[in-house]
Amino acid sequence: MTHATGLKYLKNGCLPLMWCPGCGHGITLGNMLRAFEELDFTNENTVVVTGIGCWGKADDYLVTNALHTTHGRALAFATGVKAYNPKLNVVVLMGDGDGVTIGGNHFIHAARRNIDLTAIIVNNYNYGMTGGQVSATTPSDRRTSTTVYGNPERELDVCALAEAAGANYVARGTVYHGWDLKNLIKEGLSKKGFSLVEVVSPCPTHFGRNNNMKVAVKMLNWLKEKGVTKEKYAQLTDSQKDGYFIIGKLVDRDAPDYNTRYEEIRARAMGS
Amino acid sequence: MERETRLVQGNQAIAEGAIYAGARFYAGYPITPSSEIAEECSKLLPKVGGVYMQMEDEIASIAAMVGASLAGAKSFTATSGPGFSLMQENLGLAVMGEVPCVIINVQRAGPSTGLATKPAQSDVMQVRWGRHGDQSIIALSPATVEECFTLTVKAFNFAEKYRVPVVLAADEIVAHMRENLSYPAPGELEIVDRKKPSVSPEEYKPFLPEDDDIAPLAAYGSEYVFHVTSSMHGYDGYSNNNPANAEWRVAQLHRKIERYRDEIVMTKTFDTEDMDILLIAFGATTRAARAAALQAREMGIKAGVLQLLTIWPFPDKEIAALGPRIKTVVVPEMNYSGQVAGEVQRVLGPNIEIRRVNRYNGTIITPKDILKVINKE
Amino acid sequence: MKDKYEIIMAGSGGQGLVSCGIILAEAAIIEGQNAVQTQSYGIASRGGFSKSEVVISRNEIIFQQVQEPDVVLALTEQAMEMYATIESKIPVFYDTTLLKTRVGDNLYGYPFTELASKLGHVGTANIIALGAMVTKTDMVQIESLAQALKRRFSGKVAEMNIKALNTGVKLVKNNN
Repeated sequence: MTHATGLKYLKNGCLPLMWCPGCGHGITLGNMLRAFEELDFTNENTVVVTGIGCWGKADDYLVTNALHTTHGRALAFATGVKAYNPKLNVVVLMGDGDGVTIGGNHFIHAARRNIDLTAIIVNNYNYGMTGGQVSATTPSDRRTSTTVYGNPERELDVCALAEAAGANYVARGTVYHGWDLKNLIKEGLSKKGFSLVEVVSPCPTHFGRNNNMKVAVKMLNWLKEKGVTKEKYAQLTDSQKDGYFIIGKLVDRDAPDYNTRYEEIRARAMGS
Repeated sequence: MERETRLVQGNQAIAEGAIYAGARFYAGYPITPSSEIAEECSKLLPKVGGVYMQMEDEIASIAAMVGASLAGAKSFTATSGPGFSLMQENLGLAVMGEVPCVIINVQRAGPSTGLATKPAQSDVMQVRWGRHGDQSIIALSPATVEECFTLTVKAFNFAEKYRVPVVLAADEIVAHMRENLSYPAPGELEIVDRKKPSVSPEEYKPFLPEDDDIAPLAAYGSEYVFHVTSSMHGYDGYSNNNPANAEWRVAQLHRKIERYRDEIVMTKTFDTEDMDILLIAFGATTRAARAAALQAREMGIKAGVLQLLTIWPFPDKEIAALGPRIKTVVVPEMNYSGQVAGEVQRVLGPNIEIRRVNRYNGTIITPKDILKVINKE
Repeated sequence: MKDKYEIIMAGSGGQGLVSCGIILAEAAIIEGQNAVQTQSYGIASRGGFSKSEVVISRNEIIFQQVQEPDVVLALTEQAMEMYATIESKIPVFYDTTLLKTRVGDNLYGYPFTELASKLGHVGTANIIALGAMVTKTDMVQIESLAQALKRRFSGKVAEMNIKALNTGVKLVKNNN
């Protein structure tokens, strides 16, 4: 059996990618494209919608349909695409700053609507493109270029937010656990309704430099150690839990998605 | 086919005009005084197989509208002052991405929340210059309920033909007034659809204009695969930071509107043949101006009126053509700074006297207000 | 009958002044006339000063609002204060159930609300007033108003409104 490469979705001549050495975005992109291939997505029936940020540049490398939008608003653009043409596979790529900091409101409501989009939020713990400033997911007390003495704010749990807002599918992966990540993305893409896959991928250039993970190998080792399954996490005592996070599938439900509900309501309107 | 005549509110006429023009997607957020457009759309769009969405805010509304347009829908949104401010960034994306769509701004009195239920015409410059980056925009302004209908149809036609966002700058007066509207029969008004690509999918470049300066637009989900980006881009829709490309692209966004300027700019004249004094008005204030001009004529003053149905691009040529006939122009508008009066002065130069009639307290300009200024010696 | 009528209906939000204006404008359109209805209102859906204006004309209506009213309906003291003193002596109709009675040749006070509750619904007070005003001024045919009401309402509600309209007509006819 041959493994999917995802190369057919990749623009000719774009390698090497412009992301920094040690950045995990290439790993996420590769796994996403392999998931596309395993699901037989075509360039014609796929629309990749991106926001602003390092990960939001991913569409530059793709030959699928794409819409590169404004900062924080990718989900809202994607909502219009999907609501008008439910047949399309609409995948939304955002970072933590884009997806849940400036774009937090759209994130909540896309999940609440349960519209059949797959959001792949790469969480690098800071605003990488603008120089490593603090974001809503930067852990408390960590140093960034705008929290040089430590972050006074608390971090946001992106997956918990998606679950509370009503997403049908929520999962967290890391760029260390590549194989699992591909499967989580694949599951998210296959799931009807709103899917979130959070990919933990600390920015080595900025966040890493300020927080003792400047070398990418250190970051990968950190992900390997701190990302644990739900079962493992449950076995930890409260004091041990600090710094660890759950990876894998977190939510899997089958509430009706927006388009299905809209079709029902529209049929009612057309009948009346 | 015989026309049906009904008493219709301006906002309703806008919604019905949009659907007549072929609109099948609306995304919006409630705000006075535009909410009736959303309410009408939520009633009418599902019945014609369209999609109505209420989004979480105006930023999301215009974003969803753009997304739906690229998926092939004639799409639109409606809002008022504060919401229009929120929409500016993504309106810029619609300009940059050359996305056909219509934005209704029912102007109300500001600044900020201001007089939320009261009319104004104070967004003229915001409509033109509200976004960062240099760009052109088409904006139309209705004075009657019938124009609410017909100019909405025009707005869609312009959006589709030139691949641009078009703003319908209405105001609370015309949006909330009810007036007899004689509905155009289906097929009676011209409807324009966006130009589709004629080349093979492999050859298609979404930002490569044809001889008419307009690039054909495919739809997501068709056999044509394409990129759209808010960033500077080449013919193929991919990011391109080359200065020569950027220079060409920015000019192109202006050029296509400049080229079709004569088709886009619409004005109406009333009694301008023998006039000594000219009133230039737009939106609902046109009606007070026309009434004032008639009353002035009864008093022996030969007044004429130029109504600006298109406010952007500004009707320079049409105003300049009337310049030699008069020494005095009166410009009534519901704002403090004389946003249109300043443009008129720019066109006519310093030798023509511009008399401004400004009202910015949420009450309307009456014919009496204008007459007083006409009579001023 | 004049070529053009300008009507002001003033009171507070929730008194049905806007729908009253709409019915009148629709009646005019049924007769092939032009009509414009405008309103001014505050941020409250109920209560607060509210005004509905109607202009009816056989010709194009250029300015959309009332310049010189031909007839006024006042349903609150505040509205009455504003319009009862108009020098031109145009007819001003007001509700004696809600307002104190005033003396004046051009003032037409009737207990619209009381009559409406006798009919079974206080909400029809504005239609009674409309019937009275139209009978006094001949702005439109009563038959056109009845037709407009039938288009807007159905069944029992339509019946009650027609009854209210006729009650208003009789008020003026019996007083002349």
